[in-house]
Amino acid sequence: MTQLWDFSGGIHPAENKHISTTQPIRKAGIPPLLVLPLQQHIGEPAEPCVAIGQRVLKGQKVADVTGGMGVPVHAPTSGTIESISLQPVPHPSGMSDWCITLRPDGADEWIPLTPIASYREQDRETVLDLIREAGISGMGGAGFPTNIKLRPPKDRKVNTLILNGAECEPYITADDMSMREKADEILAGLRIMAWILRPERCVIAVEDNKPEAIAALKKAAAGTQTEIAVIPTKYPSGGEKQLIQILTGMEVPSGGIPADIGVMCQNVGTAIAVSAAIFRGEPLISRITTVTGRAVTNPGNFEVLIGTPIDYLLSRGGLEENALHRLVLGGPMMGYTLETPAVPVVKTTNCVIAATEEELPDPAPEQPCIRCGACAEACPMELLPQQLFWYSKAGELDKAEHLNLFDCIECGICSYVCPSSIPLVQYYRAAKGEIRVQQAEQLKADRARERFEARQARLEREQQEKEQRRKERAKAAADAQARKQADAEAAETPDGPSQPVGDRAAKAAQVQEALARKKAKAGQPEPVPSKAPEEPASEPAPDIEALEKQLSQAIAKLNTMQSMLDDAKAENADNVDKLERAVTKNHDRVKRAEEALAEAQRTVNATEAQTTDS
Amino acid sequence: MWTSILIAVVVLLALAVVFGGLLGFASERFRVEGNPLVDQIDSLLPQTQCGQCGFPGCRPYAESIANGDAINKCPPGGETTIKALADLLDVEPQPLDAEHGVAQAKRVAIIREDECIGCTKCIQACPVDAILGAAKHMHTVIESECTGCDLCVEPCPVDCIDMVTVEPDIRAWTWTPPKSGVIATDRQGASA
Repeated sequence: MTQLWDFSGGIHPAENKHISTTQPIRKAGIPPLLVLPLQQHIGEPAEPCVAIGQRVLKGQKVADVTGGMGVPVHAPTSGTIESISLQPVPHPSGMSDWCITLRPDGADEWIPLTPIASYREQDRETVLDLIREAGISGMGGAGFPTNIKLRPPKDRKVNTLILNGAECEPYITADDMSMREKADEILAGLRIMAWILRPERCVIAVEDNKPEAIAALKKAAAGTQTEIAVIPTKYPSGGEKQLIQILTGMEVPSGGIPADIGVMCQNVGTAIAVSAAIFRGEPLISRITTVTGRAVTNPGNFEVLIGTPIDYLLSRGGLEENALHRLVLGGPMMGYTLETPAVPVVKTTNCVIAATEEELPDPAPEQPCIRCGACAEACPMELLPQQLFWYSKAGELDKAEHLNLFDCIECGICSYVCPSSIPLVQYYRAAKGEIRVQQAEQLKADRARERFEARQARLEREQQEKEQRRKERAKAAADAQARKQADAEAAETPDGPSQPVGDRAAKAAQVQEALARKKAKAGQPEPVPSKAPEEPASEPAPDIEALEKQLSQAIAKLNTMQSMLDDAKAENADNVDKLERAVTKNHDRVKRAEEALAEAQRTVNATEAQTTDS
Repeated sequence: MWTSILIAVVVLLALAVVFGGLLGFASERFRVEGNPLVDQIDSLLPQTQCGQCGFPGCRPYAESIANGDAINKCPPGGETTIKALADLLDVEPQPLDAEHGVAQAKRVAIIREDECIGCTKCIQACPVDAILGAAKHMHTVIESECTGCDLCVEPCPVDCIDMVTVEPDIRAWTWTPPKSGVIATDRQGASA
């Protein structure tokens, strides 16, 4: 028997899992249109590598990530690429993103597949590349690219490989049904991952509310060293950090990854996908998704092609439109409400809940926090939810961060237990988002400062170089002058030097004068137009000044353009027409400025006449 | 008795001399170059380098604030910057000075490239070198580096630069805090 530990907090919400476990996994079939988002999980969005109108085969790569973290996207069936456009995607924002739409032709024709029966004869890197090329990302939650996760940092040795089949969130049974029906594939996938990582211990963790799955896995794992750990049912024991604590008694350090303590978690669905990619050569083009809730008459688990619209999937589950109150993607604890069912299933879509009003009623209105501490007792991360709420709400984000806001796994327990029905998690999500935005802005500001300073330094250097060159020229000129003078002195008495000195003095006087003018100008307070009601005369004056400035600017621009045009004409350059357009534009502008000025002068004259009259 | 007083005085004097020397040495040896406050203020400013505050860039304004200038002259920073500056300098936050412009959504400059004549005037005006191009060749803005300062718009002889407001996109989206509408007791009262 495996030794188990416990984590603090946690709850036992109504499971509602039996709704979707009565039937075996069914195939959802091919919908009339498939929508493949280019970004289905964290990382970089993929770039399309097919053209509109092109016919693609089932399993053909349609988009790939060239730089950065990400995995390719494949065509789930054969058909024609209809468009590459913005389509609504499953995202809490309800916004649209770039998608490839595929019109299936019904032939369901595969590309030639290259299965590998004996992966042990391959290089480990080759197998990791095959996993990447198959487009596999974590099937449990955020969808981290599996090939990157299977490559832990060089200095970290993974001692324990955990397959997560806990599936602790209510309603969801996708992993449960997969374990019941595909236990052999899960074991095969686990063996591949274990061969890559070479851990000392392999564990498959299942909650004790899934006896059929446990039996199937035990049968498949008989005679191997793989442990099947039966863990007590408690939400959120399927959270990565909680599961690691249950199985090893160790905690993942704040801000760290499980590999830091020699552990790695993979979802059972990911193991199935890895097994299919290696032994059958099939990329990830379908997944098991639970369709459940009391608003569907025929709930259950479906093997559904990636890109299948949710409304199609719901119709397969027998949706009763009238009974539907809220459509939730994911579980009831961590999922989010879908604005429209016209979004596609993606690689991370594990559950769709079509709930009736009694099932998931609208949240009760928020009441003030009474500091009961129920949230702190239930928090599985041992945070202080009430303090985090205080600071998040007040916008004191640094204090929230100091209380380890970023360790929050957003499990939703605090909101669930709150007697004042405060949507605590939403506050944390908003605060996290705000902090990330601020960090991004800070980063951008730092870069802008760097660029600005680099530019200043460059300008200064150029100035100095110019100065240096000028000095050298002056020195050379002075030397030449001195030589000339010496020559002249030898001949007769010179009267030359007085001239340049006089010049310089005149220039200095001019500069002094300009400075004085500027000072006088700066000293004068600028007339403020808002004072106009009392002093009508003071208003048009700056107007005219501004207009005059505008006019002179416009004329200057026109002149520049004219000269550029002449140059271009002389050189027969290809941008003559552009310049001509620009010149006419500037002509118009000069005219406009002149008119405006004349108009303003007329008004001024009129007002002056008025004032003199009165 | 006098000797003990004398000893005390001498000991204290000696201590004073020793520590005074130490402090003097430390203040010379570990002197901080420049005003560290300016750096702190500068790091809070948005670094658009737009000059709307009346200073040629963010750092000169930071220096001016350190010398007692008002903290409400930065429209791109808006309320957030004013609040952060008020926190740092321990002064009352003031509303944004409208004389220097109003706070507006984040913008970037976009060059209508087929109208650009390649005059390089905008390149010279850009404070962060975010415009790429050469004489008599088309220019373009490196959008990720553009601070939206507006300074390139005026010098353009053909008016081919537009300031475009940055639209929120799905990758920059974040959760919004729950709306604190009616509190529960009010709602009960209203329905009763």
